[in-house]
Amino acid sequence: MFVGQTLASMLRPPIYFRIIGQQIIRIGYFSLPVVALTSFFTGGALAIQIYYGGNQFNSEAIVSSIVALGITRELGPVLGGLMVAGRVSAAIAAEIGTMRVTEQIDALTTLSTDPHKYLVAPRVIAATLCMPVLALVADIIGVFGGFVVGTQSFGFNAAIYVQNTIDFLTFDDVSSGLIKAAVFGFIIAMMGCYNGYYSKGGAQGVGRATTNAVVSASILILAANYLMTSLLFSS
Amino acid sequence: MTAKIALSDIHKSFGPKDVLRGVNLEVETGQSLVVIGGSGSGKSVMLKSILGLLTPESGSIKIDEQETLGVARRQRAHIDNQIGMLFQNGALFDSLPVWKNVAFRAIQNNGMGEADARDLAVDALKRVELGPELLDLSPASLSGGMHKRVGLARAIASEPEIIFFDEPTTGLDPIMTDVINHLIRDCARELGATTMTITHDMTSVRAIADKTALLYKGEIIWQGTTEQLEASDDPFLNQFINGLPYGPIEVEGQRIEAASSQMGAE
Repeated sequence: MFVGQTLASMLRPPIYFRIIGQQIIRIGYFSLPVVALTSFFTGGALAIQIYYGGNQFNSEAIVSSIVALGITRELGPVLGGLMVAGRVSAAIAAEIGTMRVTEQIDALTTLSTDPHKYLVAPRVIAATLCMPVLALVADIIGVFGGFVVGTQSFGFNAAIYVQNTIDFLTFDDVSSGLIKAAVFGFIIAMMGCYNGYYSKGGAQGVGRATTNAVVSASILILAANYLMTSLLFSS
Repeated sequence: MTAKIALSDIHKSFGPKDVLRGVNLEVETGQSLVVIGGSGSGKSVMLKSILGLLTPESGSIKIDEQETLGVARRQRAHIDNQIGMLFQNGALFDSLPVWKNVAFRAIQNNGMGEADARDLAVDALKRVELGPELLDLSPASLSGGMHKRVGLARAIASEPEIIFFDEPTTGLDPIMTDVINHLIRDCARELGATTMTITHDMTSVRAIADKTALLYKGEIIWQGTTEQLEASDDPFLNQFINGLPYGPIEVEGQRIEAASSQMGAE
C-alpha cells in the first residue's frame, strides 16, 4: 500500500524537481567516496584471490576477465547497494522518523501538502536514478582496483590487462548490473521512507526505524539480487 | 448562528482502548472554543480527527456543513486550505529557514515566488511581534517561545477561516504564556477566524475562550461560556479548574475521591 501510494504520488503533479535535485546530491554525490573506496578494495582483493586461487600460468587473462565480470555483474551493484543502504536508508529513516515524532509530517498534511509526494517520492526517484550511476562508478573503480593490484603486485602488462578486460566484457554484463542497481536504489529509499514514516515512540522509535531500515534494505537487496540474477542470466 | 465545525457522536478507539466515546460538539462561526481535559482524555485524538489525521470509526465531522469523514485527502483540499494549525511543539520544518516555514503553503500550493514569499513571512511574523531578522534563521536556533510564535505565524499566514491550537502554552514560562495567549486572541479577532484550542492551562482558557468544553474519558461532559465556567458547580469542572487532587475525576485509574473519602472517614 505504501509503495502504491508512493508510485501514485510520483505520477500526479506537482513534481518537486528542486527537492529531487537536492536528494540526488545527498544520496548520489555524497555516496561517491564510500562506493568508490569499497569497490576499489573489493576489485583489488578479488584480483589477489583469483591470482592465488587460479591458474597462475595464464593468470593475466583470467584475473582481468573475472575481476571485470565479478565487479560489473555482482560486486559493484551489490556491495555498492549495501554500502548506500547503510548510509542512505539510515539517514532517510532518521530524518523522516524525526519528522514523524515531532509532528512535522502532520504539519505537512495540514498545510495541504501530500507527505508521500513531498518527502517519499523525491527520495525514491533520486535513489533509483543515482544507484545505476554509483554502480557504474563502482564498476570502473573496482576494475581499476584489480588493475592496480595486477600490474603493481603481479607484474601484469598494463596494456594487455586493459585489452583483456575490454575484450571479455559485454554490454549485457554492465547493463545487468545497472538494472540491478536501479532496483536496489528503489529498495533503499523505500525502506528508509517506510520505516521512518511509520516510526513512533520518540527517540527510541526513530532509532528502531533506522536499524530496521538498514536491515530490511540489506536483506531485500540480497534477495532481489538473487531473483534478478536468476531472471537475467537463466534466460 | 450556523456551526462552523460540528462533531456528532464521534467514536475512536486504539485496540481495546476507547479514546473517544461519542463526542458531540459545535463551534459557531467566529467563536473561540477551548477544550479542556486531563492527560489521556482524548483531546489530541479529537483534534487530529477533525484535521483528518486520524479516522474515527463512526460519527460525523462537518466543516461548513460539509461532511469530512470518509472524504479522501485530495477531495477535502478546499477545506484544508481554510485551516491553520499550531502544533504543540511548533512542528516547524527543520530543513527550511523561518521564512520558508511561514510561507510554506503559499510556496507549495500557490507557487509563490521568493520575494513575495519573504514579504508574506515578514507580514505574518509582524503579526506575532517578531522582526524580519528571523527570516533566514533555522528553526533549531529559535527559543521555545519564538518557536511557538513562528508556528503561530505559519498558522495565520494564509489568513485561514479556522485555526486550531494544540496545547499552545505548554512548556512556556508564565510571561511567554501570557504573550502567546494574547497573540492567539488578537490574531483570531483580527482575522475573524473560528478557533479551537485544546489545553489544560486555565490561564489560556480565561484569556482566549468564548466557550469552553470539558472532555473526560472521551466524552464532552460540560460546555458553556467563560462566565458559566466560573459560576458552575459541576463537580468535574470544579475539580479540573481548581486543580484539586480529590473529586469525581479519576487519576491514573484510581478514584481519588474514594481514597480521600476513606481518609476522611478515618
